[in-house]
Amino acid sequence: MTKLTRRQTLALAGSAVATLATPALAQTSPIKIGFGMALTGGLAGGGKAALLAYQIWAEEVNARGGLLGRKVELVNYDDQSNPATVPAIYTKLLDIDKVDLVVSGYATVPTAAAMPVVMQKGKVFLSLFALAANDQFRYDRYFQMQPNGPEAKFEFSRGYFNLAQNLNPKPKTVALVGADAEFGVLALEGARENAKKAGIKIVYDRSYPPNTMDFGSIVRAIKATKPDLLFIGSYPPDSAGMIRAIHEVGLDATMVGGGMIGLQFAALKQQLGPLLNNVVCYDLYTPEPTMNFPGVVEFLKKYQERAEKAGVDPLGLYIPPFAYAEMQILEAAVNGVKSLDDKKLADYIRANSFSTVVGDIKFGDRGEWAKPRILLIQYRGIVGNDVEQFKQAGKQVIIDPPQFKSGDLVVPFESVKR
Amino acid sequence: MTSPSITASGAKARASSSLGFPLILLICVVSSAVLYFGLSQLDSSYAFLAAYTVLQFVALATAWNILGGYAGYVNFGVAAFFATGVYTSVIIYKTVQWPLLVTIPVAAAAAGLLGLGMGYLTLRLRGVFFSIATLALAVVLNTIVVNWSFVGGSRGVYVMRPQEIILFSSYERYLFVVMLVLAIGSVLIARTIENSWLGRGLAALKDDEMAAECAGVPSLRMKLIATTISGALLGAAGAPFPFFVTYVDPPTAFSLSIAVNAIAMPLIGGTATWLGPVIGALLLGTFQQIATVTISSALNLLIVGVVLVIFITVAPNGIIGFVKDLREKRR
Amino acid sequence: MTFSLDLFSNAIVSGILLGGFYCAIAVGITIVFGMLDIVNIAHPAFIMTGGFIAYFANTQFGIDPLAACAIAMIPAYYLGRLLYRFYNVAFEKRGEESLQGLAFFFGLLFIIEVALLLIFGVDYRFVEAPYIGPTIEIGFISIPWRLLIPLIVGLGLVLVIIAFLSRTFIGKAILAVSQDPLALRLVGGSPVKVKEVAFGLSIATAILAGALLIIIQPIEPSFGRDFIGRVFCITVLGGMTSLPGTIVASMILGVSESLTSTFLGPSWSPAIAFGLLLITLAVRPVGIFGR
Repeated sequence: MTKLTRRQTLALAGSAVATLATPALAQTSPIKIGFGMALTGGLAGGGKAALLAYQIWAEEVNARGGLLGRKVELVNYDDQSNPATVPAIYTKLLDIDKVDLVVSGYATVPTAAAMPVVMQKGKVFLSLFALAANDQFRYDRYFQMQPNGPEAKFEFSRGYFNLAQNLNPKPKTVALVGADAEFGVLALEGARENAKKAGIKIVYDRSYPPNTMDFGSIVRAIKATKPDLLFIGSYPPDSAGMIRAIHEVGLDATMVGGGMIGLQFAALKQQLGPLLNNVVCYDLYTPEPTMNFPGVVEFLKKYQERAEKAGVDPLGLYIPPFAYAEMQILEAAVNGVKSLDDKKLADYIRANSFSTVVGDIKFGDRGEWAKPRILLIQYRGIVGNDVEQFKQAGKQVIIDPPQFKSGDLVVPFESVKR
Repeated sequence: MTSPSITASGAKARASSSLGFPLILLICVVSSAVLYFGLSQLDSSYAFLAAYTVLQFVALATAWNILGGYAGYVNFGVAAFFATGVYTSVIIYKTVQWPLLVTIPVAAAAAGLLGLGMGYLTLRLRGVFFSIATLALAVVLNTIVVNWSFVGGSRGVYVMRPQEIILFSSYERYLFVVMLVLAIGSVLIARTIENSWLGRGLAALKDDEMAAECAGVPSLRMKLIATTISGALLGAAGAPFPFFVTYVDPPTAFSLSIAVNAIAMPLIGGTATWLGPVIGALLLGTFQQIATVTISSALNLLIVGVVLVIFITVAPNGIIGFVKDLREKRR
Repeated sequence: MTFSLDLFSNAIVSGILLGGFYCAIAVGITIVFGMLDIVNIAHPAFIMTGGFIAYFANTQFGIDPLAACAIAMIPAYYLGRLLYRFYNVAFEKRGEESLQGLAFFFGLLFIIEVALLLIFGVDYRFVEAPYIGPTIEIGFISIPWRLLIPLIVGLGLVLVIIAFLSRTFIGKAILAVSQDPLALRLVGGSPVKVKEVAFGLSIATAILAGALLIIIQPIEPSFGRDFIGRVFCITVLGGMTSLPGTIVASMILGVSESLTSTFLGPSWSPAIAFGLLLITLAVRPVGIFGR
């Protein structure tokens, strides 16, 4: 019966080496944490960064002596950004690799595709940046790391319209534009209702297809409606295209920005540089003094040192801290219940609040954050295209919510005249 | 050049059809039963889910080959037909909630109609224009789905699996059996076509369309039939997909990897007979499944690309053609 | 959406600017696919390669992206010739080019894409140049340099190739091959040699088009797939073998996309462009400039 595969033999050899190094971990087999992650394809940018964060956590926890006195081992497969690979990956992880715990891959699609498998086995499931993935499943052992709160779609524009309606004079009109894909549609839906609530008239409301190249015509059509506000729900390549076109066409408004994915990444920050000044955008973490949670500076330093070699986002302000926090929660829960039992873990995570590198987290309805914490930030005083400046405070000022506020909204937004 | 090859394939066809359809069916049933219970022994739904993906490719490759291999008309728009099946399934799920087994024929009919319409518009043209038109068709359909919020639009749509399914211990096993039946069905249809007047006519078209028409082969009608059947089978293979992934959005349903695989697999196996796509799909599909869980990095896709290029270069007529060449040389 | 002269003329201008870039990406396909009947579906991957060459030269050595790719066109040309020679030996000589050739280029597409991914990572990459940013204002029409440069270079590239094909001996030979390979062989020319030159030329244009792409917007390795449809669409619309047709078709595609996105809403623009192609194929399969 005890026939060893080559893999197991290698693993044994590995643990034998580990035995010599750290005697405390000697007796037991490692705790395996399994997940599929996009390492190729469209989601790979986020996926690889998240993987690096997980690896940093695993190294640290092993250096501390492991979990429950056992070493931690990550078992992960590339889902190729293709959800069709996901069901098989998770059954492989659970049935063949016999992992002890599973977490999701990056973003909504792979998370949703893994849900039926994970639910069938009753595993506790922490997910990374999945938008409202549990609304249909209603799985009570699911917990989601992006701080959207229970009603995600309103959050990406809540701060924007709150601030707008308190301006003097109050803006009267808003133009909404977004990408025709999951996030863009969701952000625009929320913005529509928030605008209505704030009593601001919508004068333009359109979406554009992914891989649009010419944003000039869109921005011109928007400019023709003379909006006081421009709210954008976009993905990385189009976020860059929109900002450029806004300056090229010369669109001025009281506030510009809102839900733009991509501005959180170093590549776009660096490329757009001063064009970002006074743009407002949602964000999850910026290095402002109000966000100085224990451990986050150390984590980012470690991440940034290794980012270049791993070929991932050199700043790592957006996904990595949350991926790391996800593992901190898992760690706290395992230590809290002193077991790997899924029911106990889920109950513990549901009942407790966790202190992580991205602040205190408590989960609520459908496993979302009990209280949403989407930030609205404004770019200030960006000079040139040096990426280092984005590591400083005061460049990405938090203007909402009040609890984390590090500066006031500055209006209006003016395009760069050339 | 034309006539000897036709008689040769005709002779071969008679030889293989001498086995008799009932016998073939029996072999299929027995081997599927063996496969099912063999996989059950592994005590894991992993085997079923991995096998589902491979069988889906068997169905897709076989369906594509009916038009691409037999008639030589390259359909780049596999994703369009597959997605038609996927979204027909989504529509039924969101409206009348028919069971999957009823959904599949409807999806096949929808995709078949699409094939017919598409063929009617473009099959009079040279093959290469047809290919480009199928590419355009995929983009147009994709845009329509993106703008159609009832089927989820660009946000995508969740499709919940039924809680329980009669006769099966889990839904994964049920999906596997459905896809197994679809794959075997597609192969049997392809085999029947190959040995019929339609298959011989298509082969004649492939060799020399002009000559075939002069000889009285009703080329347009035959191509239309082939396009319809091929489209319908591609659509049928797409119908269970929403239940497999539970969340469908346009990039997933219109994924390039589906088109790439459905075309590459017959080419690797050999396009002339029904066996080629099956071998190609089993080999490449299984290889990809294994690579996903062993190599698991960007290298995975690189290897698929390299294997494809090497295969195509070394064995341009696929594995079937390669083996045949070897045998003839030995003689 | 209200109609105004201002919006309309700006939409036309945007369309033409975009069309100029489409010219540059489609000209290579017109040469190899339209004229020589080689279905090089990996063409967009070569465009991405060009983009990353521009990125590498720009970030490492501060070289202008266009200059970098102009230099890189020379090795790319020889690489293209080599690639064709391989293709010829492996497929054309055996008479297997249609299906197998296609699969070969499919595989190549994957290999190049993953190679770029392994070398440059998955992040969005971009370049810096003095003409990225500023805009020219003429009355109420605004023209960003970022899009004007691709128009100038794209059109220039096609015009140079037209001149090359009609003035030089080898150019005339390429045209001859596209019309009747047998005739060329009869007068003593080698179609293989001629096709080799044409293929090299096509790859070289893809590299330059890559520089234009990365000037317009940031790129990542799998981005090229989005262009497969567009480039073939332009070539077919333009009538396969006609380079002036390619220019006109690029402009039509660019302008129709930009008009749709201004007045109907941008989400329908791809359907309009490809709907146009389907209609053209059904009504006038030889394309606009085809014979």
